[in-house]
This record gives sequence, C-alpha cells and structure tokens, in this order.
Amino acid sequence: MAGKEILHINKLCIGYGKGKRAKVVHDQLQAKMFAGELVCLLGENGTGKSTLIRTICGFQPALGGEASLLEKDLLQLSEKELSTMAAVVLTDRVIVPNATVEELVGLGRSPYTGTFGILNDEDKDIVHTSIKKCGILHKKKERLSNLSDGEKQKAFIAKALAQDTQIIILDEPTAFLDMPARVEIMQLLRQIASNSGKSVLMSTHDLDLALQMADKLWLLSADKGLLTGTPEDLLLRNEFQTIFQNKGIEFDNKTGLFRVGYDCNREIPVKGHGFEYVLLRRAFARNGIKTIRKSEEDTTWLEVCKNGSISFKYFENGKCVGQEKTIENLLRLTLNNR
Amino acid sequence: MIHKLGRISIVITLATLLLVFLVLLNLVLGSIHIPLSEIKAILFTGEEVNRIYENIILKTRLPQTIVSLGAGMALGVAGLLMQTLFRNPLAGPSVLGISSGSSLGVAFVMLFTGNILGFTFTSLGAWGDFAVVFSSLIGAALVLALILFISHRIGGTLSVLIIGVMIGYLSSSLVSLLKFYSPEEDVYNYVIWGLGSFSRLATERAMMFGLITVIPSVLATFLSKPLNLLALGDRYASNLGLNIKRARFLIIAFSGFLTAIVTSFCGPIIFIGVAVPHLAKLLSKTSNHFYLILNAALLGAATALLCNLLARMPGMEQEMPINSVTAFIGAPVVIWVIWKRRKENRLE
Repeated sequence: MAGKEILHINKLCIGYGKGKRAKVVHDQLQAKMFAGELVCLLGENGTGKSTLIRTICGFQPALGGEASLLEKDLLQLSEKELSTMAAVVLTDRVIVPNATVEELVGLGRSPYTGTFGILNDEDKDIVHTSIKKCGILHKKKERLSNLSDGEKQKAFIAKALAQDTQIIILDEPTAFLDMPARVEIMQLLRQIASNSGKSVLMSTHDLDLALQMADKLWLLSADKGLLTGTPEDLLLRNEFQTIFQNKGIEFDNKTGLFRVGYDCNREIPVKGHGFEYVLLRRAFARNGIKTIRKSEEDTTWLEVCKNGSISFKYFENGKCVGQEKTIENLLRLTLNNR
Repeated sequence: MIHKLGRISIVITLATLLLVFLVLLNLVLGSIHIPLSEIKAILFTGEEVNRIYENIILKTRLPQTIVSLGAGMALGVAGLLMQTLFRNPLAGPSVLGISSGSSLGVAFVMLFTGNILGFTFTSLGAWGDFAVVFSSLIGAALVLALILFISHRIGGTLSVLIIGVMIGYLSSSLVSLLKFYSPEEDVYNYVIWGLGSFSRLATERAMMFGLITVIPSVLATFLSKPLNLLALGDRYASNLGLNIKRARFLIIAFSGFLTAIVTSFCGPIIFIGVAVPHLAKLLSKTSNHFYLILNAALLGAATALLCNLLARMPGMEQEMPINSVTAFIGAPVVIWVIWKRRKENRLE
C-alpha cells in the first residue's frame, strides 16, 4: 500500500513543561504514516502513548523535533486549520445533556459551519452517511445517554468521520468494551482505512487484534523508543520479546500470541498430542507444573487417551493408577500424588 | 427532526405567551386592582384616566415589571452559560464570585464609610442610592477583571471555578467584619439590600436597565456554537476548531457582565440563575444552545415576573423580600429536575 505520506514524525521530543523544568518522556521519535493505513500504537501503561497521541493532536506542545501532517508543520497549526486535517476520538467521558447521536455527529461539521453552526443540506448528508457507515443508523435520533458503550464509541467515530479529515486519531477506542464490541470497533476502523483512504492511528492494548488487523504497528517502550513496521516484520525481528521481557509474559513467536509465564517448581512427563495436550499443558502450567515430553526412561507420566471419548491416565512405576474424564480431576489427582 | 423542531418551537411559543401573560398580571394585580382597559389607555392611547391609576402604573408597576423581566432574563442566560462552561449543574451566576464582589463593594460603602466618617449611611438619601449602585458595579467589575485575568493566565476551567468560590468566602468574611463594627441602622440597611428587590429603580432608569440586560441576553445566542462545542469537553472542542481560551474569556465576560449589572441594581438575586437553566433544558430537550439560550431568557424573565407577583400578593400589607420568594420557587425546581433525571436514569 504505497499511498501518499500523511504523517511524518522526525526526531520528535515529547513530554511536559517548558525550558529547564521540562520533563522529557521520549526523544528522537521517528515514524511515518501513509494514506489508507490502520496503525496501532502499542505499549505498556506509562510509556507515553497518550502523550504521543496528545502531541500529534495538538493538545500539548512538543518539546522539540518535527512533525508534519499533509506536509504542513503540525506543531504550528492553529485549532482551525488542524480541525479540518485531523479528527480525534478520546477517552474523555462526555456527558452532554439531551444530545442525540445526530446532534453529536452534526457537531463534527463545526469546522465548516458558520457563526451559529447551522447545518446545510450537504452537511446533513455527510452526517447521515457518517452515521450509516458506523452502523448505527437505527440509533440516529437516540439520546447518547441511552446508548451502550460500544454504540457510544461508534457515535464518536461517526463524529470524526463527519469532520471529513485525512487522518483519524483514536486514544484507546476499545478500552472498557467487551470482546465482541472491541472486534466490531476494530473492524469498523479497518473498513474506514481500507475503503475511504483515510489514515487511522489508534492506541490500544489489544495486542492480538492489532497483530491481525493493523497495517503497521508502532511499538513504544521506555528503553527502545518507537519501533515501527508491519506486525509480521516486527515478529520476524523478534521485537515483541525484547519489549515485554521480564514482565511475566512470554511472547510465543510460533503462534504470534502472548503467553503468561509461570515459575514452575515441578516437572511431569506427558504422553499425547493435539488440542487436549495443549489444554492440559496450560492447566498444569497455571499450577506451577511444567509438562515435558515423556521419554523412555520415565516411570511416572500422564497420558492423553482418545478412544472415542477423552480420558486422562496417571501412570506410576509403569502402571496405570488412575483414570479421569476431566482435567480438573486429573489435576487434583496429580497434586495429591506429589 | 420535524418532531424535535416542533417541540422546541412549541416550548418557545408557550414561554413567550407565558411571559406576556405574566407581564400583564404584573401590571393588573397588586394591592389595588387596575383593569386592563385602563392600563391600555395609560400605556398606549394616552387618554384621560384616573390619576392614581396612572401614578401606580407608571411609577411603580411598570418599572418593577421591566426590572424583573430584564433581571430574570439576564440571570437565566448567565446561569446557563456558567453551567455549560463549568459542566456543573450547580453552577450559577454567583459561582464566579461576582455577586460577592458586588456585595463587598456595597458593604464597603454602606458600612465602612459610615463608620469612618462618623455618620449613618441612611442620612445620605438619594446620593446614597447612587453610591450603592456605583460601589456595587465597582466591586463586581474588580472581581470580574480578576477572574478574567486568572482564566487567561491559568487557563483551567476548574481553577477558575474554585477561585471564584474562594473569592466569595473571602468577601463574605470581610463583610461580616464590617457588619460587626457598624451601627445597627446601617447593618439593617445592608441586610435589606442583600435580600434583593426589583423596585429600586424609577421608570427611566428601569428602561435603561431593561435595555442593558435584554439586548446582551439575546446577543448571547452568538455564543451558542462555542457553547455547543465546549459541552463536549475542552479537547473535543479544540479539535473541532474552537479557540478555547478566547471562547472561555468571552463566555465569562458575558455572563459576568450580566450578573454584575443585575446585582448592582437589584442586589444579589439568588436561585433564578441556577434553577432556570435546568428548566430550559428539561422542557426543550435539546442540546443546541441557540434554543437553550432563548429558552433560558424567556423562562428566566417569566420566573422573575412570577416571583415579583408573589412578593406583592394582593391582600398583604407589605412586599416580601424578593430573595425569599425566588428561593421558594427555585429550590423546588432544582429538586424536581434532579428527581426527574433520576427517574429517567440520567443523572448527568
């Protein structure tokens, strides 16, 4: 996807304060974003994701470096200019008494309306299609206070669409949502990026969704600054491992998923394979028991049996001393026999 | 859309009719009943009528009606602006400390000068009235200037709110000090001033007052777009192209001006500024401040007229102080609004 360059960050220094008392959060940040891309900004809490987002949105000044949006110096733009170039969806809890979805999305047209903010026919059309694209047309006249969290988030995304900007920036749009709603929001943003050619930059903690759906990832970490690339390249370069090391999670490069790391104080040989084996392994790891492949010398082991129905057998000194139908019972048996 | 516009226009039409009706009632009712035909003759056709009637209408009831209307309108609009700016349902015109500034100015003139110069303030007569309005305006203007300066330098909405409340505490403590050292007669006068009144202005000055409250109240609709955006929070508003600092400055200046004028001429009028915006929001069920401002203006004027009417209910020897009436009308309204919102599961 070799689209137009939308956002270019060059040696950007972000943080708080001014002059000598400035507190630098990150320096020398480097990144680019192109038209039609969905970019996910990942990083642990406290690494400065929000600071970076806020700096790009113009809510707080940069301490140094350059950032350009559509080849204009982002750091010098007025609210008025920025409002037609970048639209934001924030984590701020917004309570507008009596406001309906339609009125909220209508406010997205503010940069284009006159003194009294009256919408003309074209504005109304844009509002309508924005709401439709977000799949909440049936809620158009509904009050915001009557919407679910997921629908409310969609209403704000519709507001950002109505603002008709080249880039949409979202600060953790999937936080506080349940799993289906998260997937829905991500799919919506994916569609917006692919179909309308807008660029979408979002910060998120949903690693697995980001790995699957983002065109590019921006990994922000305290030590390494900002690493960018397609999810796959970052996987190949083993970047996740280094970022999240020593945090009790292991990144499984084979599956591309995160695994919680446990301290194991005991090992047990297991004979078997398949999904049942994976689940068995997981259950034992949670209880501090590491499962290893059974070798010829082992006299005590577990075995996964699949003769029609599933069962788990416990062998001691080469003899089967117990057979269980569930992992729960097997765990109890094993823990009692230590 | 049709349904909603329909509701808004119905509410605004009804509010206007109610306002006209209350204006007429304010002219007709009182300790002496004056028929409508006589009022028409006095105000419009200029026919010969009963001298006493003419005096009552032109010298008492008409100025009172105009002052109530203007004051109510200004306070309703000022309260709405404050509630939206501070995103706080309990905010009102008094939160910025402007009415406290007024009170301090008045207390200073009424209590302090009398003390120092060795005469009671009451002996000053007409000059005294002028001094009261003047000192009240000065007090309000000083606090307003301070608040505007703070909002410009510090910028945070919450800090402005807190500083406004603190100014209120400071000035009331100064006022109580002044009261403590003042002659009884002056303290009594100050207390009367603090109870508020719509009947302190003669006809011509009442007309002036009407103009300088009604016109800015209507002009406040020019702030409706910034207010709509600010309701979303500062960041969303700024992302939608609003210059937050300038908008906040304008809104505080506008609301402060309206409050200062009303307090200077009528004393600190309580509750109208807090209750009316709630009523306007509840009835019109819109988030668009263009309609909300119009609605708050109409309902504010109507509420003040109703309070004025109740304050001099027929059959009573003396007029009641206006603030006791506004509290009786305003407090139940606020409670009702909270109750209604709770029922609709929308305590926002």
